Amino acid sequence: MAIMKVSRRSALLLAGGALAAPRIADAQANARTLRFVPQANLSNIDPVWSTAVVVRNHGLMIYDTLYGLGADFRPRPQMAAGHEITEEGRRWTITLRPGLRFHDGAPVTARDCVASIQRWAKRDVLGQRLDGLMDGIAALDDSRFEIRLKKAWPGLAFALGKPSANICAIMPERVARTDPFTQITDYTGSGPFRFRQDLFRPGDRMIYERFAGYAPRSEPADFLAGGKQVHFDRVEWIVMPDPSTASAALQNNEVDWWETPLPDLLPLLRRNREIQTDLVNTAGNLGVLRFNFLQPPFDNPAIRRAVLPAVDQRAFMNAAIGTDPALSTIPAGVFTPGTPLANDEGLSVLSGPRDLEAARRALREAGYRGERVVLLSATDLPVLQNLAEVAADMLRRIGFNVDLQAMDWGTHIQRRTNRGPVDAGGWSAFCTTWEGLDVSVPGSHMPIRGNGTNAWAGWPTLPRLEELREAWFEATDLAAEQAIAREIQRVTWQEVPFIPLGQVLPLMAYRRSITGVVKGGPALFWGVRRA
Amino acid sequence: MFAYIVRRVLATIPVMAIVALFVFSLLYIAPGDPAAVIAGDQATPADVERIRASLGLDRPYLVRFGAWLWDILRGDLGTSIFTNLPVATMIRQRIEPTLSLMIVTLILAVSIAVPMGVVAAWRQGTWIDRAVMGFAVLGFSVPVFVVGYVLAYIFALELDWLPVQGYTPFSRGFFPWMENLILPAVALGSVYIALIARITRATMLEVLQQDYIRTAKAKGVGQRSILFVHALKNAAVPIVTVIGIGMALLIGGAVVTESVFAIPGLGRLTVDAILRRDYPVIQGVVLLFSFIYVLVNLAIDLAYTLFDPRIRY
Repeated sequence: MAIMKVSRRSALLLAGGALAAPRIADAQANARTLRFVPQANLSNIDPVWSTAVVVRNHGLMIYDTLYGLGADFRPRPQMAAGHEITEEGRRWTITLRPGLRFHDGAPVTARDCVASIQRWAKRDVLGQRLDGLMDGIAALDDSRFEIRLKKAWPGLAFALGKPSANICAIMPERVARTDPFTQITDYTGSGPFRFRQDLFRPGDRMIYERFAGYAPRSEPADFLAGGKQVHFDRVEWIVMPDPSTASAALQNNEVDWWETPLPDLLPLLRRNREIQTDLVNTAGNLGVLRFNFLQPPFDNPAIRRAVLPAVDQRAFMNAAIGTDPALSTIPAGVFTPGTPLANDEGLSVLSGPRDLEAARRALREAGYRGERVVLLSATDLPVLQNLAEVAADMLRRIGFNVDLQAMDWGTHIQRRTNRGPVDAGGWSAFCTTWEGLDVSVPGSHMPIRGNGTNAWAGWPTLPRLEELREAWFEATDLAAEQAIAREIQRVTWQEVPFIPLGQVLPLMAYRRSITGVVKGGPALFWGVRRA
Repeated sequence: MFAYIVRRVLATIPVMAIVALFVFSLLYIAPGDPAAVIAGDQATPADVERIRASLGLDRPYLVRFGAWLWDILRGDLGTSIFTNLPVATMIRQRIEPTLSLMIVTLILAVSIAVPMGVVAAWRQGTWIDRAVMGFAVLGFSVPVFVVGYVLAYIFALELDWLPVQGYTPFSRGFFPWMENLILPAVALGSVYIALIARITRATMLEVLQQDYIRTAKAKGVGQRSILFVHALKNAAVPIVTVIGIGMALLIGGAVVTESVFAIPGLGRLTVDAILRRDYPVIQGVVLLFSFIYVLVNLAIDLAYTLFDPRIRY
């Protein structure tokens, strides 16, 4: 029997190699893993049940959609190969791309799409419109299904590919049969990433793995459309509630990408050569001052209009996100600046010289009698708190009797459902932000809704705005949509259901080793790779 | 003794029942509505009502309390409104980091603070005593999160010795586990060390004035033996009491420390649940904390008999 001689030197080398092997393996695994700090904890995982932005972002990872918006905000087929519109726009026949698979390996069929659309249509604002218009939906065969409408709706593809919550996520039929008001428990997806439900630790870590069976489109990635090519085997969402900790972790190379760095930490991050700060979500968020139409004093349109000359969008934006002008856009009108429907109709009411005296005069002439104005402020969300502080100061300076009430977001959400007078726990106004993607088109723009008790908190009854929204759904081209958007903006300055406070453009921060970040909206995980 | 332990354990039942009633009632009257949080801004009032009904939040107080209590008696803490996971699973996921943090902090604090207090008392009025008291004042005055940030800056960002954040389970090895716990334990322990050191010093000063200490010195007993055998044992009862009371301090401090160091423990779970109004999770965690606190108090009471044989139960 041959005996292999091992020298001391070889033994040392061998031992060193054995010790180093796990570290090398770790490093290789890390290179294929993207470590991401999301904006908030992913507390639930059903993008149809929940409207939370972080849940939508999760949904975009594990589910695909029939259509996807390009960077120009126009819908393009995604899971759909294409569609045919017949019967004067009342019948859509949608054909699926071949080779689509769910994460359990089963093929995506037309029946899955039908069930998914039906569930989504009960919850989403555009889905509900589809639900109202739908005359029928049925699978024709495994790869084709039809949607029959009571009247033509050119915006159907946009609705099916809408980027804001709730997205029309395509799920297996067995999952999509779940009651829309009950959470799903089976997370079998159709998107480029597979969610590791067994490793789900809410408040700590969410693990996604590349789905090898995903068939990306052949075109280059274009925001939510095109080829969703994945270059990481694993994406870890690591929840860090403390911004200073997230900042330190990014600097220390313990994470690769931080979705929402605080503006006051940006200078610190920029001093680090390994870190890049970047505007990824170009749609940002629109700041909004919302009024309660049911209670005095803002049930009076003249009083609402009186506020307009006093609104200094720069002051609101400075408070919200800091004095760096690159982090916000003013003037901002009714629609998200930089998107196709943004316009300057009557925008001088906000962009002209600010005139507190004119506001005071208008308030007196409108008949304000010193009623208490309860302004709600959510103290656990710094941007909203800062907007509310500026709004309180502005309203006081023009003569309102302001009662700024501080509370946490959970209480704020409940409080604003109270339609009663301020003495019975009601409210008069509050500040918030809307995702830029939401308020880029009338269909998902809740602050312009004028459908009374079914409208967003504030409950305005504004039939003209509802008519215009309806007209937008039926617009056949961009020029028509833009004309409607101008008219909506004009009516908004008259009725003042809300006042835009500026567009917040929060930056993201990531290590320079990360390239290919897809821009336009939330953090997306296709296209991105490690250099 | 055994009968006493049994009696004390049985006494936890009414205590827990009162805590349960209190927590449930407090959450019932507290503002906030998880259904509104879930439904979002696009939802109509009917949608919110439908979600509330699906979660069982539309039922009367007594019905909800009765159902919850019945579940608790059967060992079921309920299911999280948001994550759809059983509360027991969520607690199981989070208990190890919190217990690890508390145990390491406790060991660290006691092993540093008690000798500090003893030495300060022994060297009363010297620079050692003043240094220890100065440290104690600092430990009390500087908030835990400030200590945490300073430690993370020095030892993680500047020196790169330790990670900034996170938690590694014990199952992946002692050193990786410890690596993540050193900074949080020191941060959380700072106020605890200050508390125990001050009490140890004050008690030791009192004991060192006693006749039997003078007798021991007259008999030629060594200084170390006088301090740590004769004096410390007799000073132990108040020190142990403070250590027990300090457990509440640790539980409260863990909430902040876990946030600063991104440790996925029960403290963060509690805060997240409160902010979202995830009632079953809040109720489950508060019950657990109460139970732990009751048990710690029992352990402290039993420890008295070790240090003072005159105490009998």
